[in-house]
This record gives sequence, structure tokens and C-alpha cells, in this order.
Amino acid sequence: MSPLRRRSVRDLPPAGKLAAYLVLLGWALVVLFPLYWLVITSFKLPIQVNSGPFYLPFVDFQPSLDAWRYIFVDLRDDTLRPYVNTVVVALSSSVLALVLGSAGAYALVRFRYKPRLGMIALAAGCLLLVGVGVGLGMPPVPAVVVAGACFAILAATIGRRFRRTLSNGDIAFWMISQRILPPVAVVIPIYVLFQHLRLLDTRTALIITYAATNLPIVVWLMRDYFARLPWELEEAAVVDGASAFRVFRSITLPLSVPGLVATFLIVLVFAWNEYLLALFLSSADAQTLPLTVAAQNATRGPQWWYMSVLIQIMILPVIALAVALERVISRGLLVGAVKG
Amino acid sequence: MAVEEPARTRSQASLGASFAVRAAFIWPALLAILFVSIYPLLVSLYISLSRLRLVRGGFEFRFVGLDNFRELLVGGEQSNFLGVTRPLTPVGWVVLVAGVGLLGWGLVGAWRGGASVLGMAFRLLGALAAAGAIWLTAHTLLAEGGRPGTAVVTLVYVVVGIAAQFLLGLGLAWLLTQGLPGQRFFRVVFLLPMMITPVGVAYMFRMLTDTGKGPLQPLWAAVGLSDFSWVNDPWGARVAVMVGDIWQWTPFMFIILLAALEGQDLDTVEAGMVDGASRWQIFRHISLPAILPVCATVVLIRLIEAFKIIDLPNILTNGGPGTATESLSLHAYIRWRTLNLGQSAAVAYSLLFIVTVAALSYVNLVRRRIAEE
Repeated sequence: MSPLRRRSVRDLPPAGKLAAYLVLLGWALVVLFPLYWLVITSFKLPIQVNSGPFYLPFVDFQPSLDAWRYIFVDLRDDTLRPYVNTVVVALSSSVLALVLGSAGAYALVRFRYKPRLGMIALAAGCLLLVGVGVGLGMPPVPAVVVAGACFAILAATIGRRFRRTLSNGDIAFWMISQRILPPVAVVIPIYVLFQHLRLLDTRTALIITYAATNLPIVVWLMRDYFARLPWELEEAAVVDGASAFRVFRSITLPLSVPGLVATFLIVLVFAWNEYLLALFLSSADAQTLPLTVAAQNATRGPQWWYMSVLIQIMILPVIALAVALERVISRGLLVGAVKG
Repeated sequence: MAVEEPARTRSQASLGASFAVRAAFIWPALLAILFVSIYPLLVSLYISLSRLRLVRGGFEFRFVGLDNFRELLVGGEQSNFLGVTRPLTPVGWVVLVAGVGLLGWGLVGAWRGGASVLGMAFRLLGALAAAGAIWLTAHTLLAEGGRPGTAVVTLVYVVVGIAAQFLLGLGLAWLLTQGLPGQRFFRVVFLLPMMITPVGVAYMFRMLTDTGKGPLQPLWAAVGLSDFSWVNDPWGARVAVMVGDIWQWTPFMFIILLAALEGQDLDTVEAGMVDGASRWQIFRHISLPAILPVCATVVLIRLIEAFKIIDLPNILTNGGPGTATESLSLHAYIRWRTLNLGQSAAVAYSLLFIVTVAALSYVNLVRRRIAEE
């Protein structure tokens, strides 16, 4: 199955093989040792951590379940709440991003869009009008109504004059290029908005924000995936009178399950590990695990033993995913990198 | 990112759905992206041009023009943002001259190669930006008594991190395509760090770099560094951040480059073998050119993502000692935390500007050239 079998016809000389294994094992050690240290630290008592390095459980030190008991029994609700938050936020935002993103990606591959540059400029101008109006002390609702009316009138009268249009490629480029935005540059206005909507420190706020920030990744990966699917099946369904939604749901999506799974996993890991946006948008109720872990840097100095437990329960699910679906993930990422 | 229109689209336009259906497919995604990009960018722009003032019953923004940016570039914040510049050391001179010379050489080459006037203008702007970055880096890092600001530190993280991740990732990926038994194990293990939350990585490295009770304590003791604290030495702390970053993101390069190497056309590789090419020759002349476009893209992706670094320095070193390990994102966050919103937005905007210039220069100067070959 692996094409690489064929290449091993010409095996490395023994010395080369040894060197290769040394390098590979060396890096494996570099990767695994921090994780090993994390695991054994969680079974240590504070005194065992503080009195110097001990490497081997049962040999160097007597492992204890104190830290685990503290996190799971004493702090039960304080551990459970962020865990549930993280699960809910990561799963829902990834599903949302996948649904919106794959619909958008599909549309960019199968339909032709010709947005007029002039109309975009017009919309931007009307938005600016709203901003200026509100800035000058106009109440927001009338400002929006006036600007909307302006837009409608102008679009209906001079809208047909605009000739320059954008292509699907331009739209896709614009969507994907949004990854360039540093979260820190956009988070304050989002914070202010959610504050107005009274959604600060709720899962909803995090779900919406994560879904939107991860959308470009979905569009980027799924667009190439859809472009490779044979069009003939969909064509036949269209000829038979199926609606576009139906074609998308019953033909395209089932055919794209591997791509969807890979994209979902990638987005899920991003949402699972996200720190900066959560730092701004949640404090107590919607706190996610990265924040809980970061908060362990208590006044008495970092409590390594508790922190190790928390980090472990946080990374366990994603590591399980990585082990089970390593190939799916790498394929999914490659699809994007080939065409970019 | 070069995104060309799939050729298919045209043939299907005739079968295209009605306007409403087409709109229903794309608008949710467009609106969501608008919500996290255009709207916040406009508001942040306004915030970056204003200063937060506490008034009775709340606060208000007072418009101050470009004051926040002026403060960053030439005012009181300069030493934090750009750094403290000092006269160059000889090494600094060598680096500066070499860097600028290289840029000039590239420009002359492009001119001789028949670049258009507009193309030359863009190249010139890119070269000027790069020269400015080199000048600043040399005057803050390679100068007696100089101190790099958050912009320079971020740049160092990005450049060093990406170079190390790319070389390590490529090397490991190549080793795993040599038909050694046990590669499934290595593939999975090498992928792991990428899946771990950066906050967790930061804490793990904080434990590991502890010279007193960390696992490497005997090693530090042996070389007489047991009382030395990485986290209190500017370069020690920066190295710790970079090591954590490299540890975490090498897998990303590795996994994509491995998939690319595995996906290359094996017939050419075998033809090379039959002709008696060595492994190195096959890699250099067959595999590397084949995966070069993928290389260019993974570097671009990491370039964009690496500029956003915040979790590692924030947790691992709290940006310290002083501000030695602060990245631009962290700088903006710290300003936000002290309610200096205008300054925070100005730093964030500068970061956006730097990333955009870096990404555009990279796409136009490096990636396009690779794609054309």
C-alpha cells in the first residue's frame, strides 16, 4: 500500500541506518521527554518537586495521587466547568465553521460570483456614513435606517453603471487572507460589541468568534477538496431537478467526508487550544481550559503538580485524535499546501 | 496566496442556481468573516487614534490623531517598541553591510532581468522595509548596550523559529521517507507537540528550564550553571521561548513536508536510482524541486502565524525579564490590561502592518519565483 516500500529496495548502509535511527530517536526523545516529565510531575508531592529532580517513579520517589485527587475531588466543579466549556465551545464552533465554510467553499467552486466593485464601495461608503452619524451623536437605529435607504436608492439608480467586477478567486483570496489579521488587533472591538450585547463571558461569544476566525481555514482547505470532486454526479442530479441545497447535502458532502474530517480536526484543535481570544472574552463562567491552566500560576508560585494534571486532562483528547487520525490530518493539511 | 479560479467554474455557470440560492451559500461565511475582520479593524483604527479617558460615570475616547503611533516610533514608547539603538559593533557592521548588499544585489538582478517599472517600485519598497528591519535589528542586537524592542524581538522569534522549524521538519521528513521500519511510530510521535495547547507547552518548558529542580539540573550543575536562571537572563529567556516555539511547530512543517515527499512522483525517483544517483543527489535534484512549492507555502503559513506569538512568552517568562521577551501581541495585550487602549490598538496595528508587508514581500519575491520555476 505504501509506495515507500518500493523505495527500500535500496536500503541504507548499516552505518547510515544507525545514524538515521539515532537522529529519529533523538528527536522522539526531545518530543516525548517533556511529556514524560509532565506525567510524572503530576504524581509527585510538592516536596518531591521542590527538592530537586527525581526521574523514576517507585525508584526515585513514591508516586502519589494527591494532585489528581485535588483536581478531581476537591476542585471538582472548578475543573469540570472549564472542561465542559472547552468541549462545548470547541465542538460547536468547529461544526459552525465547517458548515458555513464548506457552504462558502462549495459556492466558490461551483457558482460564479461577479460582485461589482462599485457596489462594494457603495456599501462601504454607507457604513462609513453610519459611523460618522453615530460619532456625531446620532442614535444608531435611525443612522442605520438612513444609510440603508441611501444604499438602496443609489444601488437602484447608479448600481447598473458599475462595470468592474471581482471574480471567485478574488473572494477566496480575500477570505483566506483574513488569517493574516493578528487576533490582538481585532479583539478589542469584538470585546466591546459583546459587552453591548451582554454576551461577554458566555460560551456563545466564544463560539461565534472561534467559528469566524477559523472560517478562512475551512474555506481554504475545502475549496480545493471540492474542486477535485467529479462534477458529473452533481450535474446529473441538477438535470434531474434537484435543488442546489439538495445536491450539496446529499451528493457533495457525503463524497467529501475525508476532507471534512481532516478540516474539522484541524479547526477543532485550534479552537481547543485557543488562548488569546478566550483571555479577552471570558472570565469566570465561560472560562476555557487554557485559561484555567494559565491561572494556576498562583501567588505561591506555580503549582507544578496541579498544573501537570490539568495540562494532561486537557491534551489527552487531542493526543488521542492525533494518534488515531495522524494520516487524515496530514493529508488534509497537504491539500491546502499544494495549491495554497 | 495564489488562488486561481478553478477552470470548472465556467462550464457550470449555466447550471448555476438562482441569485438567492447563490447568495444563501456564500453570505453566511462572508458575514462571519466581516464580523471578525472589517468591523473590528475599523473600530480599532479609531481606537488607535484616540486616548481613553475616564469621565464621570464611565469613560470616553478622545481623538488624538497619530499621537499613539508617534509615541511608539519616536516618543516615550520607542525603547519598548523598537528598542534602544547604540553604535554598531564590528559584527553588527558586517551583518548590516552584508544584508543591505544582498538586497541591493537582488534589486540589481531584478532590474537586469527586465522587471517592469511598477514591479521595480514594489521591489524597492520591499527592499527598503527589509533594510529598515536589518538596520534596526543590527543597531539594537549587535550593538554595545543596545536593547531590542518588542518589534525586533518578534522578528527574531519569527526568523529563527521558522528557519529552525523548516530545516528540522524537512530533515525529519526526509529521514522518514527512506524506507526505515518503524516509521508509523515516529510519524505519530513527531506530530504530538502541535496538538498541545501553547499554554501547556509554555508551562512544560518552564519546568524543564528550571535549573534548580528541573530534570536537566545535573547537566547545569556539571557546567556550573546551577544558580543561573534562564528566565532572568534576557537571552536565556528568549532562547527558552524560541525552543518552546520550535518544539511546538516543527511538527507542522514536518507533517506537511512528509506528506509532500510521499506524494511525489516515484518514477522520477526510481529513474534517478537506476542512473546511480546518491540519496543526497536524489534529494537535491529530484525531491527538493518537486516539493519546493509546498515548502514555500508552509513557510508562508508559519510566517503569518508566527508573528502572532503570545502564549509562550506570556506564560513562560511573563514577557520578562523587563520586557526582553515581549512579542508585539503581548505588548498590545499588556497595554490593554493597563487600560491604555489607544496604545494597545496602535501596537496591534503596527503588528498588522509588519505582518502584511512581510507576507506580501515573501509572496512576491520568494514564493512567486518558486512557483514560476
